[in-house]
Amino acid sequence: MSSNLTLRASVLSFVIFVLFIAAWHIATRQIGSVATMDPEYAKLMGLTATTGKSAMPGPFDVAAKIWEHLKNPFYDRGPNDKGLGIQLAYSIGRVMLGYCLAVCVAIPTGFVIGMSPLMNKALNPFIQLLKPISPLAWMPLALYTIKDSAVSAIFVIFICSLWPMMINTAFGVSAVRKEWLNVARTLEVRPLRKAFTVILPAAAPTILTGMRISIGIAWLVIVAAEMLVGGTGIGYFVWNEWNNLSIVNVIISILVIGLVGMLLDQALARVARLVTYPD
Amino acid sequence: MSDYMNADRFISIEGIARHYPKAGGGQTTIFDDLWFSMNRGEFSCIIGHSGCGKTTVLNILAGLELPDEGVAIVDGKAIEGPSLDRAVIFQSHALLPWRTVLGNVSFAVSSKWPDWSADKVRDQAMRFIEKVGLKGSELKRPSELSGGMKQRVGIARALSIEPKILLMDEPFSALDALTRGTLQDEVRRICLETGQTAFMITHDVDEAIYLADRIILMTNGPGAMVAEVVENPLPRNRGRIDLHKQPDYYALRNHLIDFLVTRSRSFKDEIPPGYEKRHPPVVRPTATTAPNAGLSAA
Ligand SMILES: Nc1ncnc2c1ncn2[C@@H]1O[C@H](COP(=O)(O)OP(=O)(O)OP(=O)(O)O)[C@@H](O)[C@H]1O
Ligand SMILES: [Mg+2]
Repeated sequence: MSSNLTLRASVLSFVIFVLFIAAWHIATRQIGSVATMDPEYAKLMGLTATTGKSAMPGPFDVAAKIWEHLKNPFYDRGPNDKGLGIQLAYSIGRVMLGYCLAVCVAIPTGFVIGMSPLMNKALNPFIQLLKPISPLAWMPLALYTIKDSAVSAIFVIFICSLWPMMINTAFGVSAVRKEWLNVARTLEVRPLRKAFTVILPAAAPTILTGMRISIGIAWLVIVAAEMLVGGTGIGYFVWNEWNNLSIVNVIISILVIGLVGMLLDQALARVARLVTYPD
Repeated sequence: MSDYMNADRFISIEGIARHYPKAGGGQTTIFDDLWFSMNRGEFSCIIGHSGCGKTTVLNILAGLELPDEGVAIVDGKAIEGPSLDRAVIFQSHALLPWRTVLGNVSFAVSSKWPDWSADKVRDQAMRFIEKVGLKGSELKRPSELSGGMKQRVGIARALSIEPKILLMDEPFSALDALTRGTLQDEVRRICLETGQTAFMITHDVDEAIYLADRIILMTNGPGAMVAEVVENPLPRNRGRIDLHKQPDYYALRNHLIDFLVTRSRSFKDEIPPGYEKRHPPVVRPTATTAPNAGLSAA
C-alpha cells in the first residue's frame, strides 16, 4: 500500500519534472522578431536583439554547462575563474567553521540556561534583543573589528547559527520530564553524570531540531554574506556570473545551492533520527 | 500487639506537615502533625482518598520533597534528601525510553556501585531482570514493552540496588487485573524472600490485604490525619487466589471499606475519645471481634 503510494508519487514527480523542462524549453526557444537597428547598437544589445533568441538559457544549455562543470569542478584560473567545486568547498567550509563554533557555544550555554531559572531570567533579555537582528547587520561591525572578510563571513555564520540552537537547547533541557530527573535524584546520580546520561539524551531531539534550523539559516546567510564580502564562495560566484551576464551559471548556482542545503538538512535529519526515542 | 510496639522503629514519621499557598491568599494544610512508624522487614500500605497527601508522604520518605514541619527518620537518621538506600517504584514507571531494559537497570546498578566493572554491573542487572521474569527481553526498549512489562522493569530497577526500603506509589494501578495479580505475587514473593521493608500507596483494598502487614488509614484532606493503623490478621502464608477463604478476610475487608466509604470523611468530626495524633490507634479486625472492638490506644 505505502510502496504503491511511493511509486505513484515518484511517477508524478517525474511527470512534473518533464512538464517543467518542456515548458522551460518551449518558453526559451521562441524566435522573436529581429529589430532592424544600427549594427553598433545591436552589438550593445546582445544576441536577443540581433537574432531573436531569448537570452534566457534553455534547459539543454544548462545541462550542457552542468556537464562541463562536472567534468572539471576544481580548476583554479585566478580569482575570478574557479571551478564550481572550489567555490562550493569555500562556502561549505565557512558554514562548517562558523556552525561548529556556534555549536560549541550554544549547547553549553543553552544547557546552563535550561538548568538554571536564574540564568534563564538574567540572559533572556539579551537573547530576545540579539535574536531578531539580521546576521548581515553584523557584517560592517565584523569587518571593522576583525579586519578580515573571510573571518567576518564566518563570524556572521556563527552569530546566525547561535540563537536557534541556544534557545532549543535551553527549552529541551528545561522540559526534561520531572520523573526522569526524580529517577536520577533517587539514584543519587552526580550532576555531571546526570547531565550526560539523563538530560542530554532526553533533550537531544529538541537540540537537534535547533541544530537543523541553524544549519538551514547558516546556508541561507552564507550566500548573501559572500555576495557582500566577495572573493570566493558560491555566493560570490553567483554575483560574479551575474556581472558576467552568464545566466546559465546563475541558474546552475541556484540549483547547487538548493542541493547542498537539502543535503545538509538531510544529514542532520539522519542524526536526529538516531537520537529520537519513541515514547 | 505489644511486641509490635517494642519492635525497633525502622522508619518513623514524626509530626510532618505540608502546606500550600491558597489561591486567594492564606494557605491550605494538606496535613500537619502526622505521625506513624514502620518496622524493619514489614510491608506497609497506606490507603486514603485521592488528594489526601499520600504521594506527598511517599515523596518525603523518598527524600524528593522535604516536609514543611517535622521530620521523617530512617534508621535513626533524619531524611535530608534522596538516598540509594530507598528505592522508588514510580506509578508512571519512569523508565528512560532511550535505554534498553538492561540499560535502565544497569543505570541504577552503576549508580549504586560506581566502581563495579561493566561485567559485574551487567550480572547484577540480569539477576534482577530474571527475577521479574523479563529474561529474553533485556535488549528491548521500553516502547516495545507492554505496561506490565514496563512496570516489571521498574521493579527490577528498584530492587537491583538492594535498597533498605522499597517505596511504591500505586505501582499497579494502571495495569489490567490479570497482570496486576501476577505482579502482586512477584512483589510479595521477593519481599518475603529478602525480608524487604516496603511502603506502598494503593487504592485497592484487596491489594492492601494481600500484601500488607499493616495498613495505614489516612482521612480525607485538607488537614488529613492517620485515623488508625490496621494490623493484618491474615496468616503470613496467605495466597492471593484464596484470600477470601481466610476466616478474617471479611472482617478486615469490611473494616477497610467502611473506613473508605464513611469514616475517612467523618473521622475529623467524630474523633474517638483518647485519640492522639502522635500515637494513632492500632486495630486488628478479626472474625471474632465486633467492628472496632480491637481498637486500642497505642
Ligand atoms: N504544587 C502544589 N500546589 C498546590 N497544591 C498541591 C501541589 N501539589 C500537590 N498539591 C495538593 O496536595 C494534595 C496532596 O497531593 P498528593 O499528590 O500527595 O495526593 P494523593 O493522596 O497522592 O492523591 P492521589 O491518590 O490522587 O494520588 C492534593 O490535594 C493536591 O491538590
Ligand atoms: Mg498520589
